[in-house]
Amino acid sequence: MATVSMTVNGKPVTGTIDPRTLLVQFLRENLRLTGTHVGCDTSQCGACVVHIDGKAAKACTVLAVSLEGAAVTTIEGLASDGALHPMQEAFREHHGLQCGFCTPGMIMSAVDIVNRRGHDLDEKTIREDLDGNICRCTGYHNIVKAVAAGAEAMGGQAMDRKEPPRQAAE
Amino acid sequence: MYAFTYHRPGSARQAAGLLAKKEDAKILAGGHTLLPTMKQRLASPTALIDLGACGDLKGIVRKGRTVHVGAMSTHAEVADSAIVQEAIPGLAYLASHIGDPHVRHRGTIGGSVANNDPAADYPAACLALGATIVTNKRKIEADDFFTGLYETALEEGEIITKVVFPVVSKAGYAKFRNPASRYALVGVFVAKRGSEIRVAVTGAGEGGVFRWPEAEAALKARFAPKSLDGLHASADGINADMHADADYRAHLIGVMTKQAVAQATGK
Repeated sequence: MATVSMTVNGKPVTGTIDPRTLLVQFLRENLRLTGTHVGCDTSQCGACVVHIDGKAAKACTVLAVSLEGAAVTTIEGLASDGALHPMQEAFREHHGLQCGFCTPGMIMSAVDIVNRRGHDLDEKTIREDLDGNICRCTGYHNIVKAVAAGAEAMGGQAMDRKEPPRQAAE
Repeated sequence: MYAFTYHRPGSARQAAGLLAKKEDAKILAGGHTLLPTMKQRLASPTALIDLGACGDLKGIVRKGRTVHVGAMSTHAEVADSAIVQEAIPGLAYLASHIGDPHVRHRGTIGGSVANNDPAADYPAACLALGATIVTNKRKIEADDFFTGLYETALEEGEIITKVVFPVVSKAGYAKFRNPASRYALVGVFVAKRGSEIRVAVTGAGEGGVFRWPEAEAALKARFAPKSLDGLHASADGINADMHADADYRAHLIGVMTKQAVAQATGK
């Protein structure tokens, strides 16, 4: 067993885990944060996307034990004070989901796109950057609309309060 | 995934010490090949040595006519590096098209080069640019480094610390990717350094990345897509699988080479 300490959605957490525990297992089974989904378990589908130190990553392909000292944000970390994050609100408004299974990963990826590329996103950029997220219901059309609207709405307010600042590139 | 012990050294030297001591240990870089492989039980190391805390393996710097890329630099860091974009834009472009954005945040150049997947992107850049792979023990020219499918010149206990790329006058990369895996069905990196032209092909060869001498000769006369008119890559020794047969891949080599030259020349 190994011990790991990290920050998840702004709260410090420590776990004693088998080293082979994946981040997604740690989140779902140890912390009971089941918003992060397991889709393909082969780093293809993006249902498990979370932010690690402010950057989107597939939680099915990261060992929890390797994240000593890291800051992780999951879908549960976006809403604050009972109000949906603007990107969540945009997915609801634009009906960017049907079954909802891919949605947490889509929204975490969408927020990452905004963090990297700003608030004014064209359709091509959104579609290219959603490359790592697969939806089997909607055909992406409303998802793309939701991401564009959410990005714009995020520009209208202070960015994502719980998102830790990007680490400076070394 | 089978059980293993986990180690997190703080420097490449400590990592090398652990690697020498632990039997059947593997190095964990970005983990985006190793962890899926372990999940499938195709690899079952008894110890993992995570390079994530080795600060000395990070960073991208320019030194004269070379760019030094630390082995633990992620694909996103290479793609977004102002140094790489300015010195070798073709390399930044290549890095920006590996996998998807999430994969690029974790996967590393050292891991990609050490794994030498026959469909990985970086081996083509290393071979075409004439990169030098620097390890904790020695320097290895790219020409001598990639020795076969998933095989490299790395010896037991050897860890890649950085990859040194010469700044060339022109470089470009084009790939026809598998839409599901995002690996190269065929990828071609072309580079012009003085009068030397190199064309390296990934994704296609049965033995991994290789150079295409006929295209290099044709481009030596004039470095332009038109110089490749009528030139066809041989389908001998080319991969065939459910995604593409050998003739199709051979055809793609010609098409991708033209596109890579067009990108390199800005045409």
